[in-house]
Amino acid sequence: MAPRKTASTSSRKTAAKPAKKDFNGGIIADFSKEDDLKAYREMLLIRRFEEKAGQLYGMGFIGGFCHLYIGQEAVVVGMQLALKDGDQVITGYRDHGHMLACGMSPRGVMAELTGRRGGLSKGKGGSMHMFSKEKNFYGGHGIVGAQVSLGTGLAFANRYRGNDNVSLAYFGDGAANQGQVYESFNMAALWKLPVVYIIENNRYAMGTAVSRASAQTDFSQRGASFGIPGYQVDGMDVRAVKAAADEAVEHCRSGKGPIILEMLTYRYRGHSMSDPAKYRSKDEVQKMRSEHDPIEQVRARLLERKWASEDDLKQIDKEVRDIVADSADFAQSDPEPDASELYTDILL
Amino acid sequence: MPIEILMPALSPTMEEGTLSKWVKNEGDAVKSGDVIAEIETDKATMEVEAVDEGVIGKILIPAGSEGVKVNTPIAVLLQDGESADAMAAPKTAEKPAEAPKVEEAEKPTRQGSAAAPVPAAPKVEAAADPDIPAGTEMVMTTVREALRDAMAEEMRRDESVFVMGEEVAEYQGAYKITQGLLQEFGARRVIDTPITEHGFAGVGVGAAMTGLKPIVEFMTFNFAMQAIDQIINSAAKTLYMSGGQMGAPMVFRGPNGAAARVAAQHSQCYAAWYSQIPGLKVVMPYTAADAKGLLKAAIRDPNPVIFLENEILYGQSFEVPKMDDFVLPIGKARIHKKGNDATIVSFGIGMTYAVKAVAELEKEGIDVELIDLRTIRPMDIPTIVESVRKTGRLVTVEEGYPQSSVGTEIATRVMQQAFDYLDAPILTIAGKDVPMPYAANLEKLALPNVGEVVQAVKTVCYK
Repeated sequence: MAPRKTASTSSRKTAAKPAKKDFNGGIIADFSKEDDLKAYREMLLIRRFEEKAGQLYGMGFIGGFCHLYIGQEAVVVGMQLALKDGDQVITGYRDHGHMLACGMSPRGVMAELTGRRGGLSKGKGGSMHMFSKEKNFYGGHGIVGAQVSLGTGLAFANRYRGNDNVSLAYFGDGAANQGQVYESFNMAALWKLPVVYIIENNRYAMGTAVSRASAQTDFSQRGASFGIPGYQVDGMDVRAVKAAADEAVEHCRSGKGPIILEMLTYRYRGHSMSDPAKYRSKDEVQKMRSEHDPIEQVRARLLERKWASEDDLKQIDKEVRDIVADSADFAQSDPEPDASELYTDILL
Repeated sequence: MPIEILMPALSPTMEEGTLSKWVKNEGDAVKSGDVIAEIETDKATMEVEAVDEGVIGKILIPAGSEGVKVNTPIAVLLQDGESADAMAAPKTAEKPAEAPKVEEAEKPTRQGSAAAPVPAAPKVEAAADPDIPAGTEMVMTTVREALRDAMAEEMRRDESVFVMGEEVAEYQGAYKITQGLLQEFGARRVIDTPITEHGFAGVGVGAAMTGLKPIVEFMTFNFAMQAIDQIINSAAKTLYMSGGQMGAPMVFRGPNGAAARVAAQHSQCYAAWYSQIPGLKVVMPYTAADAKGLLKAAIRDPNPVIFLENEILYGQSFEVPKMDDFVLPIGKARIHKKGNDATIVSFGIGMTYAVKAVAELEKEGIDVELIDLRTIRPMDIPTIVESVRKTGRLVTVEEGYPQSSVGTEIATRVMQQAFDYLDAPILTIAGKDVPMPYAANLEKLALPNVGEVVQAVKTVCYK
């Protein structure tokens, strides 16, 4: 697969393609020290959390499917920075990062991965099915593309209630070829629903490269026939994501209807835990890791601007590791759900 | 403290594997994410990445070792400033915890076991129908009007109820079930959708997850097959998958089953399909009163309800009590006619055959008890069993396909719960096991008929 021009640009340049004058997407927001420290901590939490999840999977504590978000952290962290109370988030099966970014408890997420009673779904949902009414996170969906119609429904509900909240519907380059995505685009544009469609293009739908599955590989243009504006964003740079998110969310909030953000990103790990990832070269992965890592970019910036010392960063690392270790301890020691839970939560 | 690196499980089913290659050697520094070894599973060769940082102190399992069990220590990782001497007492990375007791009972994987006995399914008891006060005026009403009245009353009562579907607003409903709703409630609450069943079903479910109460009309349930993933995987399962945090309080409704001469793709009954799904309620009324009372109940129900109507019944008139708020219990069968010699259970349009058969049988001196099931799920088996205990004979009647039908489900349950009371094998009358033909004569043959029902009752009565 030919390298994508946009994803391989350096972090300093814009990767977004402003297709309309009123959209500055990709003009990188100048992050303050606090912004960068917050982004660093949140992305690191996802990274360490996912590494630990991978380890627990390897030890047999986590079963079934487990899709790690490592490499894509800047996308959810950047998007989340643009939201306000009451805005909703929904995504597919690669969802641990989204939940942590929404502020859901690491213990709750990890214990759900191990199928324990303290998990966010009492152990009954697993990796792909977690929800939080409190944090406005609507799943966690295992059927590829289903979350796009559901997320459009969240936006519909905001419009129905007459509030100015926005929903974020995340899906991948693979899901972008599902029929219901376009059914949803049509309704969202027709009814001017406040939904941001975020296509996390990590270049592979399981093992199939974008160019082998998609006739139009510029996913930002997938809404063109419905008049939905779309922009490509460097999804490896949290500042670019945040800048695009601010504009997209404002676009929706002000009643202009849906918008598409294609996040050019990359997953370092296989599709799921059992994927040996033979469909891409090690060099490709290594190049992304060494040149575009979302966390390393922030780390380098913090050090360069002397916003943090090595020791400060070590301290953050330690705090994050402690949170993750605590969640892992909890997830291993918490009991499995009581047998009586088998028949609860089926009907109200 | 040195950390033991354990043989990882790399797929849901892996129990052992071959440690084919060490990428890092003793003395090499590693950090999180570095590939340290390659392991061959039954499916593929996988890379193992380091989780912790440190220096490989000792390799415990040499490259090329086969049949290495998951969780066997394969190497020791030294942390900052530790020497190889410290390896005498390595600490296991995750101190393979005291996993819960039940877990280890069967096998040493950490994914639990099914050692605990399966708990009993909870018993659901539906309330009885409300009393209709003496002197209540009964108004002849079509099923069509009854359904419309039910929606209008609930929309007046609850601002969070809205109706969406193809042609529901300006066209006034493809079958005129939503007639007048747009005029009364406006375009915000009566929403014409594009022809896009999968998409608008998903939009409805998403709205319901936030607490709104959509009524999603399908022009026919045949088209809902395009939406069945959202109905089952999203609407029905979310409450369970979220540990009770959120569900889909909504109604999916529309005509179901055969109409007349609309051929195979528009003539299928979905009662048995949806009745299999935990997390759904499935209602299929026959009379206008039931249509009204049960639709009102379905709209108020906090769960997703499949409400199966029938085009042929839309125009039929029945008495409906004139009451301010006539709501019927979901999950309760109604005894349409009392009798002693045999029991017929039917529902929806199936009742039209049953009612006529009962009248014919009466002329021949056979006194049939006719039960209108009304709700397919949860199914009111106690009412059926009670009747069978009295009559000893049972015939079921429906238009759907015969295999794995609602009737075969009833037969199974009655066999299990009232075997000793049965005086004859249970007979199930259903549509024929064919796609619906178009030709008038063939269509007639494909559907059940009154004669078949009469004959079945005579057979179980040995007459």
